[in-house]
Amino acid sequence: MSSTLLNSKDISRAVSRISHEILERNHGANNIALVGIRTRGAVLSKRLRERIKEIENVTAAHGVLDITLYRDDLAGGNRKPELKKTEIPFALEGKHIILCDDVLFTGRTIRAAIDALMDFGRPSSVQLAVLIDRGHRELPIRPDYVGKNIPAAKSKRVQVLLTEEDGEDGVVIQEPSN
Amino acid sequence: MTLSTKNILGTRELTKNDIQQILDTADSFKEISTRAIKKVPTLRGKTIINLFFEPSTRTRTSFEIAGKRLSADVINISGATSSAVKGENLIDTARNLEAMNPDILVVRHDCSGAVELLSQFVSSPIINAGDGSHEHPSQALLDLLTIRSHKGNLKGLSVAIVGDINHSRVVRSNIRAMQTMGMKVRVVGPPPLIPVEMKRLGVEVSYNLIETIKDVDVIMVLRVQLERQSQGLLSSLREYSNYFCLTSETLAQARDDVLIIHPGPVNRGIEISLDVMRSPRSLILNQVTNGVAVRMALFYLLLGENNANPN
Repeated sequence: MSSTLLNSKDISRAVSRISHEILERNHGANNIALVGIRTRGAVLSKRLRERIKEIENVTAAHGVLDITLYRDDLAGGNRKPELKKTEIPFALEGKHIILCDDVLFTGRTIRAAIDALMDFGRPSSVQLAVLIDRGHRELPIRPDYVGKNIPAAKSKRVQVLLTEEDGEDGVVIQEPSN
Repeated sequence: MTLSTKNILGTRELTKNDIQQILDTADSFKEISTRAIKKVPTLRGKTIINLFFEPSTRTRTSFEIAGKRLSADVINISGATSSAVKGENLIDTARNLEAMNPDILVVRHDCSGAVELLSQFVSSPIINAGDGSHEHPSQALLDLLTIRSHKGNLKGLSVAIVGDINHSRVVRSNIRAMQTMGMKVRVVGPPPLIPVEMKRLGVEVSYNLIETIKDVDVIMVLRVQLERQSQGLLSSLREYSNYFCLTSETLAQARDDVLIIHPGPVNRGIEISLDVMRSPRSLILNQVTNGVAVRMALFYLLLGENNANPN
């Protein structure tokens, strides 16, 4: 069983609003850099960058993080998540980094992403933008920009679909499959 | 992702899927070595022991750097300073090391099969860093990564391997890995240095350098292993060079986009001339850089982490 919480237009409006909020808070786009967490956070960060360019006519710096190597659920075991490339093609010094992810849940991914980011340099600040905040934090982490708060039971699955990855836009909530 | 094997003893045991995973992972690891802070925390708290019973600069350093860039603790033991000189046998040495709970052993030994023998006596994963003239899998994998980075893919490429085929573990590992990836391999060198079994492996054998390199995508030049030439298989180095040294004149017969690789260390002027070694077509230093990424990938895939976490 699944139900759709956000459709493509809702997502587009959320991206627009977050873009304006980022610009307002950082007084423009000159000192910001958008860094997306693979996979869907990266897609989202690109959309934000495009929207910001439409609004301010400034192309913000952009990067992509793969946080696999920084995860805290390391153990023996034989199955590894596929490792993809991390690309941070700019200096972090003096920049306000907008870290982007699709769903904020336990906060562990964001912790890993901040650690990964700090290995590249010392940004002026790190801000967090997420499309969905579903609660159930396990670490003291909070988002600066939120598309929509969806308080869902921990057992449920909140899934963000983005055209670039999934062929369509949408946010769906699913009952656990068993 | 998961490898089909617990140890990396040779490329013979690796499937196409294994090799692909290792190369893809290594590709992602390359970036770490270009950072200002060249370290990720992935293998924090893991212990890697490098056990080298044979001299090595490149391979040992490469494994050590690979381990350290992943935050593992790396311990180096060389045969000359170990209890082997007091008469302790190989298996006892390894068992004693294992009693200190390392997470992975990297072993080089001058006897073919020594690493596989060890793997039967210890429970930690073992990586073969070269055993006699048998296998040197991480070298073959870094060669493949280097070729793939420049050619885009591996399937259908042809490779000429030049030199002392007989003593080369690099060749044995490469032939198997290259064939698994759908590449065509030929070997060329003086007849006494090419074992007759080569033909059984489905490899083309030739004794004429220019004929062989004419239309290949990659030329792999091997080091003349001076330390393994006590059987008199080579009449003289000068004669060898006359027929098999890769010079700019011989290279002029090859294709313009041919890639040149060499597992190192190089005997300049014997198997390859200095100008060819330094030409833009030579990827020798590229191979060394890729070696670190490949060894990081091996450590990651053999130790690493498990199961995905939600969101």
